Amino acid sequence: MNFGVLVFPGSNCDHDAYHAAAHILGADTKFIWHKDTDLGNSDVIIVPGGFSYGDYLRSGAIAKYSPVMKSVIDFANKGGLVIGICNGMQILTEAQLVPGAMLHNEQLRFTCKQTYIKTKSNKTAFTSGLSVNEVLQIPIAHGEGNYFIDEDGLKSLQDNDQIIFTYCDSDGLETPEANPNGTLLNIAGVSNKQGNVLAMMPHPERAVEKQLGSDDGLKIFESILSFAR
Amino acid sequence: MYKAKVYITLRKSILDPKGKATLHALHSLGYNSIQEARIGKYIELNVEAANEDEANQLVKEASEKLLANMVMEDFTFELEKI
Repeated sequence: MNFGVLVFPGSNCDHDAYHAAAHILGADTKFIWHKDTDLGNSDVIIVPGGFSYGDYLRSGAIAKYSPVMKSVIDFANKGGLVIGICNGMQILTEAQLVPGAMLHNEQLRFTCKQTYIKTKSNKTAFTSGLSVNEVLQIPIAHGEGNYFIDEDGLKSLQDNDQIIFTYCDSDGLETPEANPNGTLLNIAGVSNKQGNVLAMMPHPERAVEKQLGSDDGLKIFESILSFAR
Repeated sequence: MYKAKVYITLRKSILDPKGKATLHALHSLGYNSIQEARIGKYIELNVEAANEDEANQLVKEASEKLLANMVMEDFTFELEKI
């Protein structure tokens, strides 16, 4: 199983994602520069966090038209596994690989803290090793993580089991207090209809070793590995 | 050559937290007659086009593709021959 980690000008979680895949999982992992169009032998593409192109215009808006994203969109449309984390989620929503859009946090502050998220579906490759309702402790760090979709879009998400993670408390209750940014229905992560593209605001790559405060994020990376086997 | 002035705002149905914070500040200054504040983006483009129709089409397409996110934003624009 080969991982490819995209690198945009302004990416800053690319090395964390690389560390999680290459050093913790032990998978063959390489960086892919935003101007490249060849994804090589990648089985999974990680669109990492950061501030691609300085978040100019809107976060993710410029990145969606980068050369590498053309290849990633083709790759995803052919069923390739793509996970977007934080700025990666913003890029994947801009590219409409997953539905919806990201608004500014309701409190208008960049929020960096530990959160709990609840697994709503384990039908995707990324959550295949988790049980439904399983709670993970994963940190967030973003200013624009307030997920928005219109009513018809939301219904379609629910009907197709595309809400993958929601923010909750440590007991798994999706309370308003557990919602860190005003996001609709506490949504923290969504997939495309086919389930091969996951976009999430929390950072599983920052939770892969106990010394980081949590290694729950590893379960997502391990799910990807075992799904492919 | 045409100058396009593109105005982008969050859709009416979407809460605009920046606008809301600004409205609170306006009210605390005593401007209680101001009922609503919504914050958007203003973008100027200089467009080389043969005629106004062509410029119009081009700016519309660019706005839909990149300048605005049609999931959450609306846009309008004005064209001026320069």
